[in-house]
Amino acid sequence: MAVRVQREAFDIGAEIDRLRAGRTSVGAVASFMGVMRDFNDGSGVQSMVLEHYPGMTERALESIVAEAGERWPLIDTLVVHRVGELRPSDPIVLVVTLSAHREAALAACAFIMDFLKTRAPFWKKERTPAGERWVEARASDDRAADRWQEGDGA
Amino acid sequence: METAHGSVRVLYFARLREAFGTSGETMDLAPGLCTVADLRERLALRGGVWAEELAGSRVVRFAVNQTLCPPAHALSAGDEIAVFPPVTGG
Repeated sequence: MAVRVQREAFDIGAEIDRLRAGRTSVGAVASFMGVMRDFNDGSGVQSMVLEHYPGMTERALESIVAEAGERWPLIDTLVVHRVGELRPSDPIVLVVTLSAHREAALAACAFIMDFLKTRAPFWKKERTPAGERWVEARASDDRAADRWQEGDGA
Repeated sequence: METAHGSVRVLYFARLREAFGTSGETMDLAPGLCTVADLRERLALRGGVWAEELAGSRVVRFAVNQTLCPPAHALSAGDEIAVFPPVTGG
């Protein structure tokens, strides 16, 4: 289980190779990579700056990854999230889950992203032709995270 | 009546940091400043941008010692309390 917050870009192929190296029980590798778009909310976006809360960010991501590990039989998990200035087509976030079978890998990957979007303290500020603006949170992200609570009986 | 003692560190992030013009401050705990909700109310009383951001129904998140907390969460001396807008990473 590894969580990294970094300014540098990452290589999804190299990250996956490193994570699964020597692990012959892995039968499924699921991954999600979020990439910066050049448009949002009806306007072009030239660049963005990602701010975070050092300390809490790592704790929040570790807690989300740990919860995924309790829900599904995972062999390993990697989360990488970038901060600082990003440009269109730059990778922003990477989630990789390893499991023996695809159901666990795919579900855990989606779960981690849904919780990251609503619980990990990152904020995006976009630079558009009309000036800078903070990205507003979306209700659809809250609903995406909420769906994992359904049927828990908690 | 027992009064709270000590102080807490309050941090602001993203839009709130910019609006308030500061990334944080130290505040003394006092009678009537016992929970996260009390802190929000106390800060909103400053008026201006503080009231704009905190007095209304605008959604604001609070983390105490780096864990998200509900408004009723009790504060203790030495706590690190972060105040920020809903997160937008990923």
